Formats: sequence, structure tokens, C-alpha cells
Amino acid sequence: MNTGLHEPVIFELSRPGRTAPTQFPPSSDRDELAAGIPAHLRRQAPPRLPAVSELQAVRHFTRLSQLNFSIDTHFYPLGSCTMKYNPKACNTLAMLPEFLARHPLAPAANSQGFLACMYELQEMLQGITGMQGVSLTPMAGAQGEFAGVAMIRAYHRARGDFGRNEIIVPEAAHGTNPATAAMCGCVVREIPCDANGDVDLEALHAAVGPQTAGIMLTNPSTLGVFERRIVEVERLVHAAGGLLYYDGANLNAILGKVRPGDMGFDVIHMNLHKTFSTPHGGGGPGSGAVGVGARLLPFLPIPIVGRDAGGYRWLEEADRPQSIGRLSGFMGNAGVNLRAYIYMRLLGAEGMVRVADYAALNANYLLHRLRAAGFDAAYPQRRASHEFIITLKRQHRDHHVSAMDVAKRLLDYGMHAPTTYFPLLVPECLLIEPTETESKEELDRFCDALCDILREITETPQTVTSAPHTMPVRRLDDVRAAKQLDLVWKPDA
Amino acid sequence: MPYIPHTPEDVAEMLQVIGADSIEQLFDEIPSALLAGPLTAVPPALCEMEVGRLLTERARSDGRALNFIGAGAYEHHIPAPVWAIATRGEFYSAYTPYQAEASQGTLQLIYEYQSMISQLTGMEVANASLYDGASALAEASLMAVRANRGSTSRRILVPRSVNPTYLAVAQAIAGNQELVFESVDFDHRSGRLDVAALAPFAGQDIAALVVQSPNFFGVLEEVDALTDWAHANKALLIAVVNPLSLAVLKAPGEWGDAAGGVRGADICCGEGQPLGVPLASGGPYFGFMTTRMQYVRQMPGRVVGRTLDAAGRPGFTLTLQAREQHIRRGKATSNICTNQGLTVTAATIYMSLLGATGLERVAAACMQRTRELVAALTAIPGVSLAFGGPRFHEVLLRLDRPAGPVLAALAAQGILGGIDVSSRYPELQHALLTCATETRTDADIASYAQALAAILAVDLQGAA
Repeated sequence: MNTGLHEPVIFELSRPGRTAPTQFPPSSDRDELAAGIPAHLRRQAPPRLPAVSELQAVRHFTRLSQLNFSIDTHFYPLGSCTMKYNPKACNTLAMLPEFLARHPLAPAANSQGFLACMYELQEMLQGITGMQGVSLTPMAGAQGEFAGVAMIRAYHRARGDFGRNEIIVPEAAHGTNPATAAMCGCVVREIPCDANGDVDLEALHAAVGPQTAGIMLTNPSTLGVFERRIVEVERLVHAAGGLLYYDGANLNAILGKVRPGDMGFDVIHMNLHKTFSTPHGGGGPGSGAVGVGARLLPFLPIPIVGRDAGGYRWLEEADRPQSIGRLSGFMGNAGVNLRAYIYMRLLGAEGMVRVADYAALNANYLLHRLRAAGFDAAYPQRRASHEFIITLKRQHRDHHVSAMDVAKRLLDYGMHAPTTYFPLLVPECLLIEPTETESKEELDRFCDALCDILREITETPQTVTSAPHTMPVRRLDDVRAAKQLDLVWKPDA
Repeated sequence: MPYIPHTPEDVAEMLQVIGADSIEQLFDEIPSALLAGPLTAVPPALCEMEVGRLLTERARSDGRALNFIGAGAYEHHIPAPVWAIATRGEFYSAYTPYQAEASQGTLQLIYEYQSMISQLTGMEVANASLYDGASALAEASLMAVRANRGSTSRRILVPRSVNPTYLAVAQAIAGNQELVFESVDFDHRSGRLDVAALAPFAGQDIAALVVQSPNFFGVLEEVDALTDWAHANKALLIAVVNPLSLAVLKAPGEWGDAAGGVRGADICCGEGQPLGVPLASGGPYFGFMTTRMQYVRQMPGRVVGRTLDAAGRPGFTLTLQAREQHIRRGKATSNICTNQGLTVTAATIYMSLLGATGLERVAAACMQRTRELVAALTAIPGVSLAFGGPRFHEVLLRLDRPAGPVLAALAAQGILGGIDVSSRYPELQHALLTCATETRTDADIASYAQALAAILAVDLQGAA
């Protein structure tokens, strides 16, 4: 990555009349432009799109790609995001020409190969989470959450219980949890965690009642520790008539070790783009498959792949009359699901269990090395799960250097920053998730970089507070971005 | 071990640093009664060669049918550079661009995307994308209720000519917030929404009217009259469009008559798949959303803005994040967290390669191929055009018998002739929705016509 590397906005490369004509359909004098379209429905002026050659476009977008950090190029210990290696085979095989050409509404008879993959993926995810049924249709974690809470709501309503509209979430919860509850028309009730990072059981006891629809939990929690009293939580919530929702954001920590179904959860969403290593793609597409226990089985979102004597086929409205319905135009992010299927087949049962083993080994190793180097763990008395939190409260107090400053300085060391300022209840925090695919050498390099930065904090704090110094841009003015909105390119700007 | 680099020596050294005897010990905070037994649901590992063989066999067994299905997902030529670049590791394996300085590639690309999709739809601003077209309509409906300050209603009018799956998805998602989607029937002669059908709603408190053009049947709606009706009745107009069609059709930002007050749609959304994204069984695609600047703070999803860095140079960053779940939590505009970054990357490259000239050529070629398809199929006895008005690249044909068995017979010959719409439209029992894009050749169309003629002829003889 080059300091100050600048790539013009593509519109600035544009010249009227320049094209990439090889990409146009063959011209034909039969092609009367807009024939049959009445004048009042026609476009008058062409849209202002770039007019560039094929090479110009290729070079422009290739150069843009080089301005990114990515897993393929950099260590990326972004807590709660599970930035592990995305095997190339998953992409190559999911992009076999027949898979790409398959229309989503192609009849089942012409789609048995694809449907077999999806059916087996449902079965594998069901088994690995200890649930009774799976739907692959939610298109991201947040939509999986939506499906989960919508099913909880539908369950209570189907029983004639219309008073349960409250969703309990721990204060450490990811922002999508309360936002999802609100999207489902529920009221959010936050409960605190205790000093060791476990859910405050007394607060939970006080919170549950006939208004409780359910609780949304991540386990291990966003604090990077396993919720040790999960059995008590389960008893309390179920005894009050509520259901338990498992946010699969941190499933990588316990894959094959503990099954959410065995912990008593009624519904789970899985982030296939985390645990099952489908790409993050610069912010999507994800895939948020949901699994349910017996109580929620009838409510799963459609379509689901079923199997009968005639082979595989979609189960739709007629087969699943109590379903919460459809969440996507077709069947969700099928291509992402296919990548997850390939990943699971490559790892196999033994590889699945190893994921949690080595994710935990890497996280605990890094935690111990950083503590030995003088960093403060947020929960020093606890094991790390697959991730852990360092708090820079002390450095901030003594040297006015923030977690954000340290994050930006890490970029100069050629490593992506950990998650900062999440979870919100730990001040000046870095949430660090190394993942199982990183080598000991890479972890050591990261630790060494943080030790160097710790030294800079005391000796040359300005180096840290003004970082980054080697990126294509320096720190950006976010206030200006929000106040002087520049969201689309204009020729005179 | 697949994708795990640790040697036995590494493990021993790391455990020593941790002060643990074994990896198992790292899980000692988990109540032992909860620990899972052997994992039986996942088969043993296969090497890449074996998985490659399995997937190749399955892909081949599905084969590659001659496709005339559209219905919201369209087969187009995708230029070779599009996915060659989109699948570069720097795009493919990057996260959401929260660390702006290390994500300028993704951020600038999204800014360019926002600029292009705003231009194409004729609207002022765009977000960084939503999941898909159907869920974008759900988000647009929720947004309309928030944005329409002149209305306290949660009613959204949806013509039956809108893609019925979009309506189903909008209901499943927005219904939980008590939005009510009210159906308005289309005119059964034209296949369009007649503005007169809206008369019973005139003067009522309505949050928004949805207009899809081309509609589910491929027919172009009378967008000007419908937009003016919405504005005259203080409803917002949500336009659902195929972005490719906008190379030749009037952009939603221009719909309606400025003389009546406000011009143009208020929110525009749709399915971005036609812009360089393969059919791939329905996803990942992306939903786009554009709107007026005055509603930008009611818009869901990520937005990228251009700003300056500490040295005064231009750079890009996520902005207006106070609308989003990670800041606003339970009061966010949506729970959406991701956009469809990778497919937006593909679409941005696609739009750059085609440009306005290329998109117009593709759109015109689609329309021409569809005209030829209609001519070839309606020449067969028992096949006629359901709706005669102007259309884009999709068309509803009437058969002399139920469409289901005819389509099954075609599929058995490797021809996907379209879809049977009777489960969504009980009154259209003998109708077939079909489509031809620029990828269909004269020979393809001739094959379809020949096969259909043969099927219809044999059945007629059998019945006689």
C-alpha cells in the first residue's frame, strides 16, 4: 500500500464517445432503440455513466482493490467478525458455470444437484447446532435475527398469548439485537452483566414475566467469555414462558464443542460468513441461516428444501402454512450457502471441532502474551473464548491516547485494527479475534506491534494520536462527511 | 489440518505460555454436562480434489437448460472483467469498511456505485445497497411511513401487477410493525393499473403508493398519472424498477407532471441483479434504493460520503451512521447491518464497462428479442398475447390449457419456457410468463417455438 496513493473517481476518466464495445450485444438493424415505447415513457437524456475503455475500467477497479486491507493480504483480528481464511475452492466451485446459470425458478426436476447441496447443508447445520430444523433463506445475520424474533412472536400468538411483546437483551448485546426486536414490533428490555461478564441473574429474575416474549443471548457473549450460568438462564426464561434466542455471532468459539440446542435455545441464527467462512465481500453478502427447536418448527421462513420419494423439492406456502413467510425474492443468498456447504465438506466433522479448539488456543495465547507485555484484560480472571477484550483505560487516562488511536496506528504496522468501542460497556476497548487460521508467527508479530505502540504511547504519543501515516489517506473528517453531504459525484463539484 | 497452520511444537509452546496442559482445558468454564458428543451430522473431510469432483458432478447433473424464465431474475451477458475483479481477494475477503483509511477501495467504489445508481434512477441520493429487490420494497415501505410527515397512516397501496413475491416479503418483514398493504386490482385488458382503480382511495390517508414498471407482467405502467395521483393524495410514490430498463425508460425521478407540484418518485428501489450478477439460484443479488435528499436521514442502510482527510486530501468514509443499528440500537431506521458489497462491486464494474451507450444497446436488444419471441410463439395455434400494451422484456402469454404441464414437458426437453402464474393469480389459469434477453439467439427462439408447437399439437391430437 502506498502512502497518498490516489485514484480518481471513475467519472473523471470518462470521455464522451469512449466505450468498451466488445461487451455490447451484436448490433442489428432490427434493433430499433425503444421501438414500441410511447414518447412519454421514454428516457430523454442518457444517464451520466462513465464512458471508459475496458482497460481503463480494469485498471481503475484493480487499483481501487489495492487500497483495501483484506484477509488475503493482511492479519485482520476484528473482534466479533471472525475474519478467517476464505478457502479459494469455495468460491471456485460455487462459481461452476451450471450453478451460476441456474435460474432460481427452474423446476426441481432440473435442479436435483443444487438442491442436494442445500438439503445436506440444512442437515449439517441442524446437527452441529442441535436444532430440529433449518431454513437457509435469511440473507444476513440481521435478517436471521429478524426471522428468529418473528418466529418467537408468531409462536406466542399462535397460542393465543398476545401479551408477550418484550425481548430481553443483555447490555453488551450487538446493536442489531435491539434493532431487530424493534423491527418485529417488540419492546426491548436491557439487563446488566455482572463484574465477571456473566448475565446478572437477579436482574433477569426481576425482568421476566408474562410480558416476556424471549431473551436474545450471544454465548460466548460479546465480552469474549462463556456465559457460565446458561442453564440457570434457560430455566428462568422458560419457566416464565419465554423462549431463548441464540445469536450465532460467536458460534466459532464453540463449534462442535457445545450445541446451542443442548443449552436449551429454541432458535439460533448462524452467520455463515463468519463461522462457515463465506466471504465478507467488503460488507456483504452474508447469510443468516436459522435453526429452531421443536416448538418453532412450523414457523420457519420459506422456502426450505424437503425430500420425498420424488427427490428434493422446495417446501413453500402450501407445505408450511404457519411459516412467518418469505424474506427474500427467491431463496436467500444461495451462492453464499453453497460456499458454506463446500467449506463444511472440506473440513468434515473432525475439522469442525478443530475450529473451536484452535480459535480458542490462538485467542488465549494472544491474551496471555499481551497481558505479560503490560496490557490490561477487561476480564483477567476469565478464559478467553475465541476473542477477548483489552482495555486501554489506563493509557487513555495517563497519556490521552485512545483505543481509536491505537487502532489507527496498527494500520501502519500492516495489520487491520481490532474492533474498537464495542462492546460499549468496556471503556477504550479493543475486541481482538485472531481466528484459528492464523499462525503463531502472525500472532507474535501482532503482539510485537502492539508492544511497540505501547512504547510509543509513553515516548512519542503524537505518533500514535496522529496515525495512520502510511495509508492512502490520513484520518478522515467524519464531521464534515455528515454535515457537508457529498454522496454522489457531480461534474462541477 | 485443513486451514490450520499449527505444528505440534507451536501448540506445545502456546499452551506453555497460557499455562494450560491441553487445548481441552481452555474450555473448562463450560459446564461439562453441556459438552457435545461426537459430531455425526457432518461427514468426514474430503480433500479439495474430492469436493471438486462432487460439486462438478452435481453441477453437471443439473445441466444448463435453455432459459426463458425471468420473473425478477434475468440472464444477461456478464463481461469477463466483472467477476475477475470482484473476486480479487482485496474485495472478496475484506470486511465492512469501518476502518476507512484501510478500506478506501471499497469506500470509493460504493461512492461511485451510489453516483451511478442515482443517475440511472434520476434520484438525488442512494444508499450502499440492501439485500435484494424484494426486501428493498419492505424497507422502502417502512421508510415511506417514517418519511411521509403529511400522513399518520401505515397503509401502503400495492397494485396486484407488482411482483407478488415482493408483496409477500414486504408483508412478512413490515407487517410486524403494523404496516398494512392494500391490494388494488389491475386492469385485466391492459395488464396495467388503471388510475381509475385508485378512485375509492382518493382523499384517504395513505402513506405510499407502490408502482412497479415494467410490472410483473412486463407491462409498462402509466407512471406519470399514477405519480400525480399519489402526490395529489399526499401519498409518497415508491417506484420499483428494473435498472436495466432505465437505459431506455423514463427515470423515476422524472415521473409525473411538475405542474401538479412535486415531480418524480419519492423512493425508488428494485433488484440490482440485471447489472452483472449471475442468476445463481437467486442470490446473492442486491437491492438498490435511491431517494430525494430531503429523505436521506430516513433511508435505511449504509451510506458512503466523500470528505477530506487530515491533510486536506479527498477520501471516503461511511457517514450518516446515526441512523444505523450500531449507534441507534432499538431506534435505528432498520436492523440492517450489511450491504451486498460484493455484488455491488460487480454491478459498478458492469455499469462502468457498458456505460449509457452499452446499457441502451442491451435494453434495446432485450426488447427486440422479446418481440421476436412473441411473434414466434403467438404464431402457434392456441397461444396468444395476454396484454397488448408497451412492455420491456417480459410478456404474459395465454395458452389454450393450463401452463403447468406444458412447462413440465418443455423442461423435460431442456427448455425452461417461463413460469406458471396461476398459484399467485387464480384468474390467470392458462397463462405463461416468459422472457427473452439479449442472450437468446434466433436459434434459441426457434427451438422454443418448435418444441412448444409440438407439445401443443400432440396434446390436441390426444384430446381429440
